Amino acid sequence: MSAAVRENPADKYLRKERMPSIWCPGCGIGTTVNCFTRALDASGYDLEKVAVVSGIGCTGRVAGYLKLDSFHTTHGRAIPFATGLKLARPDLKVVVYSGDGDLSAIGGNHLIHAARRNADLLVVCVNNLTYGMTGGQVTPTTPQPAIASTTPYGAFEQSFNLPHLVASCGGVYVARWTAYHVRQIAKSMGEALQKKGFRFIEIIAPCPTLYLRRNKLGEGLDEMKFYQEKSVVMNGADTREVSLDFRDEIPVGKFVDIERPTLEEAMESQLSKALGAKYVPYSLPVKA
Amino acid sequence: MTTATAPAANKDAPKKEKKFRGVVTVNREHCKGCGFCVEFCPLECLDLEADYNAKGYHPPFLSQPEKCNGCDTCGLYCPDFAIYGYREKLDGSAA
Ligand SMILES: Cc1ncc(C[n+]2csc(CCOP(=O)(O)OP(=O)(O)O)c2C)c(N)n1
Ligand code: SF4
Ligand code: SF4
Ligand code: SF4
Ligand SMILES: [Mg+2]
Repeated sequence: MSAAVRENPADKYLRKERMPSIWCPGCGIGTTVNCFTRALDASGYDLEKVAVVSGIGCTGRVAGYLKLDSFHTTHGRAIPFATGLKLARPDLKVVVYSGDGDLSAIGGNHLIHAARRNADLLVVCVNNLTYGMTGGQVTPTTPQPAIASTTPYGAFEQSFNLPHLVASCGGVYVARWTAYHVRQIAKSMGEALQKKGFRFIEIIAPCPTLYLRRNKLGEGLDEMKFYQEKSVVMNGADTREVSLDFRDEIPVGKFVDIERPTLEEAMESQLSKALGAKYVPYSLPVKA
Repeated sequence: MTTATAPAANKDAPKKEKKFRGVVTVNREHCKGCGFCVEFCPLECLDLEADYNAKGYHPPFLSQPEKCNGCDTCGLYCPDFAIYGYREKLDGSAA
């Protein structure tokens, strides 16, 4: 019997020369990336046809660690870069991987419009409830009354319920998990990769260095145990019911899985209707 | 350095003949000692070493190799791609 040590299945998706990552011990971002590699592995996709686009932040680093064609774009602009990439290269699966601040604060307008247009993108949002990279400032997802570097007396603004935001703008696949739900994340990512249109997976993840420490909530592992204890699976739930409150139950699950024409499909159908034979569908020449 | 631990292919007659055994591979130097793998191993067969790696973290090891079934739950949890479990067919098994 051979005792050869097998390779880690994540390795072929990673730029190993950049490991270990910059992520802090107990940070949840890497766990989500691990799940993503397993989803890719199970999908059997040609890796030449998968591209990852990130914005800026600790989560934004994902684009730099994945051994795929990847774009590390400017802060908040991952979705517009990705939309352009997808329109120019309709043969690619385009995945946006970024943080809550990047996607819902500075990039919030892009998020709602890409969902409204049903841009053919999978967006993975690692929501650690803070701006990790810049020192733990309050974000649109920080629950009241959590302490952040910019809310020393506790956050007082109402936070976003991201699944509801995306669902009400028209996203066709909307799910939320926590970093504790590794198998569900991998399965959800696999399902969402297969689907067309605007797909959004929110993953609640520990930022021990800034969010947890400032709120005296312990280490990453304590937070993972908290997720285990406090998550409630609510597949198919009305997204109005899945808002997150500070230290309360965490509704998780797949909330939306519907079909409607994507941005490309809607454009093609309208323009060919209006222009008839004069319309040259531009997506076709690129498709090999 | 990467280390693999597995039980010695065994003799002490198990009740049910095992067709495979679990093997766990740890990249000690990439581990940051977060403990996710130890906590969420469904069969509780990992522990953190008392020893340190070069960065000063305690990496995990397979403390109860006979229990491990190679499910790779530890592998999925690791934020640093530093551990992975798999199944190795045992000699003499039909599979
Ligand atoms: C235009 C611009 N504004 C501000 C910044 C500073 N900045 C870098 S990362 C970041 C926040 C990232 O937060 P999030 O997207 O939640 O990612 P995390 O680090 O938490 O994973 C900010 C504000 C920047 N790089 N560019
Ligand atoms: S600062 Fe927070 S989000 Fe950034 S790597 Fe550290 S734990 Fe992760
Ligand atoms: S492979 Fe499964 S049983 Fe073995 S150590 Fe890892 S999690 Fe535990
Ligand atoms: S999950 Fe990974 S980084 Fe954390 S203790 Fe286990 S091997 Fe080390
Ligand atoms: Mg964040």
